[in-house]
Amino acid sequence: MADAVLTHPARPRAPAAKPSALMRFLKRKSTVAFLMALPLILLIAVLVIYPAFYAIYLSSLRKSMASVAWMRNCSWLPDAICTRIPFGNIQFLFTRETFWMVVWQSCLFAITAVIFKALLGFIVAHFVHNIPDKGQRKWRGMLLIPWVIPPAMSTLAWLWLFDPSYSAFNYTLSFFGIGPIPWTGNANWARFSVILVNIWVGAPFFMIMYLAALKSVPDQLYEAAAIDGANWWQRIWYITLPMMRNIIAITALFSTIVTFANFDIVRVLTAGGPIDKTHLFATWAFKIGIEGSDIPLGASVSLFMVPILMVAAIFILRDINQRGNEA
Amino acid sequence: MRRQTLDRRRFLAATAITTTALAAPFVRGAHAAGKLTLGLWDHWVPGANAAASAVVNEWAAKERVEVTIDYIPSQGNKNLLTIAAQAQARSGHDVLAMPTWWPHAHANQLEPVNDIMGPLMQQNGKVNGTVEYLGKLGDKWLGVPATIGSQIKGPVSRLDLMKQHAGLDMQAMYPAGAAPKADAWNMDAYAKAAEACHKAGVPFGVGLGETTDSVDTAGAFFLAFGASLVDAKGELTVKTDAVREALTYLARVGKFYPADAPAWDDASNNRWIVSGRGAMIMNPPSSWAVAKRDAPQVAQQLWHHGFPQGPKGRFSPFLPYFWTIWSFSQNKSAAKSVLVHMSSRAAAERFVEASAGYDIPSFDNFLTFKTWQDADPPKGTLYHYPNPHNHQTLSIAASPAPPKIAQQIYAQGTLTKMIVRHMQGEALERTLAWAESEVEGFLRG
Repeated sequence: MADAVLTHPARPRAPAAKPSALMRFLKRKSTVAFLMALPLILLIAVLVIYPAFYAIYLSSLRKSMASVAWMRNCSWLPDAICTRIPFGNIQFLFTRETFWMVVWQSCLFAITAVIFKALLGFIVAHFVHNIPDKGQRKWRGMLLIPWVIPPAMSTLAWLWLFDPSYSAFNYTLSFFGIGPIPWTGNANWARFSVILVNIWVGAPFFMIMYLAALKSVPDQLYEAAAIDGANWWQRIWYITLPMMRNIIAITALFSTIVTFANFDIVRVLTAGGPIDKTHLFATWAFKIGIEGSDIPLGASVSLFMVPILMVAAIFILRDINQRGNEA
Repeated sequence: MRRQTLDRRRFLAATAITTTALAAPFVRGAHAAGKLTLGLWDHWVPGANAAASAVVNEWAAKERVEVTIDYIPSQGNKNLLTIAAQAQARSGHDVLAMPTWWPHAHANQLEPVNDIMGPLMQQNGKVNGTVEYLGKLGDKWLGVPATIGSQIKGPVSRLDLMKQHAGLDMQAMYPAGAAPKADAWNMDAYAKAAEACHKAGVPFGVGLGETTDSVDTAGAFFLAFGASLVDAKGELTVKTDAVREALTYLARVGKFYPADAPAWDDASNNRWIVSGRGAMIMNPPSSWAVAKRDAPQVAQQLWHHGFPQGPKGRFSPFLPYFWTIWSFSQNKSAAKSVLVHMSSRAAAERFVEASAGYDIPSFDNFLTFKTWQDADPPKGTLYHYPNPHNHQTLSIAASPAPPKIAQQIYAQGTLTKMIVRHMQGEALERTLAWAESEVEGFLRG
């Protein structure tokens, strides 16, 4: 008997329903990602973008807020432009001695604080990295405390330590015949004090970021370096630092932005004094805008941070991007 | 369907009803029900808020109005932020307590209260010049001067230390229950006493910072010399002999204050006197009240009195609060009614009592309450605190400049900065040039 193979005639398949364009759009990964991020985007739009544009609008008004503060005395510009630029407040700020002092102080504060935070964070991260795993968690937790306490609260404790009349530091120093030091009463000491507190609050952030970066450096690199006879400094310079470059750059950028815009530490510790020598953009903007009821000028001062930080962000991010492409 | 036409009789009736409704300042009767929100200053003194609530709730029960009260602290400038936010949003409390400069800063958004201020002044007596300066724009009253939170920041002296080191009997100059006999209490005596107490190691605790206590004190001294940075017409008057004289004097006296006075805030002077380290501060009775609790031996030596006499008079800082009504308030007539109730003699006396004498009513007839006469220890320490004999002119720093300019001078602490700059060695003319440049900036509209 011959084997027979029965074959069924192929039934014509019903044409598959073609997914609609909308369905295809909704199934796209990018669409899903966008929809999932939408609540956050809306939150940012309401709490960041709207206030930012509102601040720009406010900064264009005169002190009375009844009309626009057009530029004045700008004969170096064409008339058509000069009388139609709503930057009268910015122009006014440029003529203020205190404004330039605040610019200088903000730069001094941010740059000094970030450098020392990075340095301290780097050193402490190395110490913690070398602690055996068993005890490392406790140290990590303890070292993070200054960063997790709300700065307004911890600065209050510092305020007591620096208190003009009852400073605990001065009390201790008096046993060594030193002082009393006017921690917040003298311009230079006051600047030192606010920078010190900022370093104390911010260094743990650097420490934890650097620690994470250190843990990701392959041990083989250090082993190879040791075989080659590299000393401690060469290992840091040729292995650790290059491997951490991106983390260092991003942390420095992030910290610069946050430090530049700092408000609470200066506000609680010195309120910008003595004689305005510790004001930053944010504290001076508050002083002018809220305490002085000149909201347009206060808004102009606060907006002045944006271009400075944008330039810093562009340079640092471009650098990171370039290195990413090289890799 | 019959079409209604608006005849003359109907028009007149409707107009009369509308006019009466709008003009009626007080809410009366069962139809007065509605809602009213009040944002009052959150008092330092425990129990003072309860007195405010009681007074307002009595009115609410009588007028059948549903009342909500929020107590807004000045700590961290929460009240200033609230004022700014409500002004921007054009929404908020019907009645809002505003300190010193803020009624003027928001003048175009406030309901005029002339219709209640007139009768209140007839009933309770006149208000002082500082209240008029801060509460009135032209003929328009911007708010009702509030008892709650209003304060005088006069000298608080240690009787024993002033006698021992400066040879001054402050109690004899300002006797309880009688008019002051303080002709000898002048700028010269103040400077000598400051120097003597400094040498004795108990310096006057006068701040030179940028917060209100420091600025208020500096302002009173400037006015005593007839010195102002901007006059009432808005003209710059920085480079004048009066300002030079005041600045020279204050920089000289400032060297007798604690070395860290430029860093002092509004709590520093309180701590200074309560801890027994100084012979005098400039403050309302809050430091005395704290001393009564924490350092009774210090409290029984504290005496509240007037400022020293200057070439142009005797001035003391007065910081009134105002109860204001937003122009966008939903219930203006009820708001005015409650303010009248809160400005009655009975209410003011309760507020003063609940605040242990801290609050100062602005009306002339309310300055002799028993709370100030009976306060102790020592007996009568608060008698002269409310300035019952009009011995000194109640003033505010940076006046008589137009309030919107004066507010900038005040908020920026320009007066104390001038003192500190000159005191720390800057040449007088350089300090004046700096101040002129700063104030020029405040003149912009």
